[in-house]
Amino acid sequence: MVENVKELLKAHEGITHEVYLDNENSTMVPKEVVDAMLPYYSQRAYGNPTLTHKPGWEAFETIMESAQKISKFLGAKILEEITFTPGETEANNLALMGAAFANKHKDKKIVISEIEPINVLHVTELLQKFGFATTKIPVDREGFLNLEKLKEAVDKETVLASIATVNNEIGTIQPLKDALDIVKDKNPDALFHTDASDAYGRIPLNVQDLKVDLATVGSYKILGPRGIGALYVKEGVNVDKILEGQIGTQKLWPGVENTPLIVGFTKASELAFHSFEANVNRMHTLRDKLADGIFGGLSDLKLNGPKGDKRAPDNANISFLRCEGEALTIELSLKGVYVSSGSACSRRLLQPSHVLVAIGRRFSEAHGSILMKTTRYHTEEDITYVLDVIPSAVGRIRGIVGSTGVD
Amino acid sequence: MSRVPLPYTQKVLDLFRNPKNLGKMEDATVVAISGNPACGDMITFYLKINDQEIIEKASFESYGCAANIATASIVTEMLKGLRLESAWKDITWKKVTEEVGGLPSVKFHCGILAVGAVKRAIRKYYEQKGVASSWIPQELTFEEKQALEEEELAKTLAKRLHVAEEK
Repeated sequence: MVENVKELLKAHEGITHEVYLDNENSTMVPKEVVDAMLPYYSQRAYGNPTLTHKPGWEAFETIMESAQKISKFLGAKILEEITFTPGETEANNLALMGAAFANKHKDKKIVISEIEPINVLHVTELLQKFGFATTKIPVDREGFLNLEKLKEAVDKETVLASIATVNNEIGTIQPLKDALDIVKDKNPDALFHTDASDAYGRIPLNVQDLKVDLATVGSYKILGPRGIGALYVKEGVNVDKILEGQIGTQKLWPGVENTPLIVGFTKASELAFHSFEANVNRMHTLRDKLADGIFGGLSDLKLNGPKGDKRAPDNANISFLRCEGEALTIELSLKGVYVSSGSACSRRLLQPSHVLVAIGRRFSEAHGSILMKTTRYHTEEDITYVLDVIPSAVGRIRGIVGSTGVD
Repeated sequence: MSRVPLPYTQKVLDLFRNPKNLGKMEDATVVAISGNPACGDMITFYLKINDQEIIEKASFESYGCAANIATASIVTEMLKGLRLESAWKDITWKKVTEEVGGLPSVKFHCGILAVGAVKRAIRKYYEQKGVASSWIPQELTFEEKQALEEEELAKTLAKRLHVAEEK
């Protein structure tokens, strides 16, 4: 199987221009971030932050200062509200399981939206085995939460509601404040968690203003290293740890803190927030050029998610009708353009992206969807190249489809 | 949506990039389809069959992933010059998978779907002629059943998830 991959990679030889747009699923890490991390592997702060020697105290200092910075970027009150986890998946697991178990004496109902990320959906499925029922709130055709249904769903039994600030696939910016007010109005004891991974560094975000109890952020979504994220837990909110082991500087996550990754996450956050507006404008401008260019050059397309200021500035999710998504990702890859698809062609049970299904996309539309996210590191030339490549790639795949696949 | 690594073989990639026998055939004797757009997986075969029951030409169109395109294309190559009886008996999904140098296990269904469409085409040929063939069983073959199952599955799933036409 590895031999096959070598051949696949060889087929990419001779590519003149490469543009990586699959920033939903993993990202490159800028040199500034890697450079900031490197000393922490072998030059300083490589000790265990709970131990009584210089490298340990250096690690302690580094982790605390990092938590302080992340707490500022999030608008948290104190640094102790930040728990570093090995990623967004772990932070969401900790938020949902930790909050549910810590408060199970009270209530046993969890409310989420239909379009929560997989690492929230699957945790609620696990929690069902422990007696927690889940209600999924529907969304409209642009992915906005149905607030009336939310009002109906939250009751005295509700222990936790979890609604992502920005949807990771279609970029919908939820009316989070309204949602939170509804939840707290119906049940002041219910906790409110938000996965803010796709909001962090993209839209203004302040956990104290929002009054959320728990918030997840991840490093790689802002071009930091993979393997690190954080959960904000508001002071006084009760959450159980979900893994057992040696507790160090953090109560909620055991094991030795990964100082270099924490440094990388912090550096990536600093870069994202250093000139926040300029960064956001840049990804926004490039995203618009990308989406407008695609719509200008091809027909039979559908934009997935809302238009305008209720859409994350980096997100472009487009369904290419009469065009299967996985085939298109490969065709584009061979031309140096790297994207992902909400197609379900990799399983027998052919269920495409649950987000696209929830906003009412037909399966055939979901199978032809392509997700792209711009970053401040992309250039105008990058987008021009992508716009050059996409029409012929779509044209070739549509040529293979021919008269078949038209429903 | 689950994800698995998909290290396609060189042969799959070659057939994806330069599919053989691609396109609609205007003078086809028989046309057969398996899968549907909801599956994200659909193949149409066009066969030109002569009076000696030999497949003179075969072509395809495919709405699907690289494995779907590659298996459909290789099947058209395998069919060319075959008598219908040997096309029915000798072209199995395992053989198709071998011909493309192997497939990731989650993609086996692409080969199955392609062979299902071939079997449908051959059945249809005899139905069109109004003659029975001694070597075609009444009962659907494994590949035909699987194709049917995949089509039904997508329909049921779409219905269950309220992905109806009106939405």
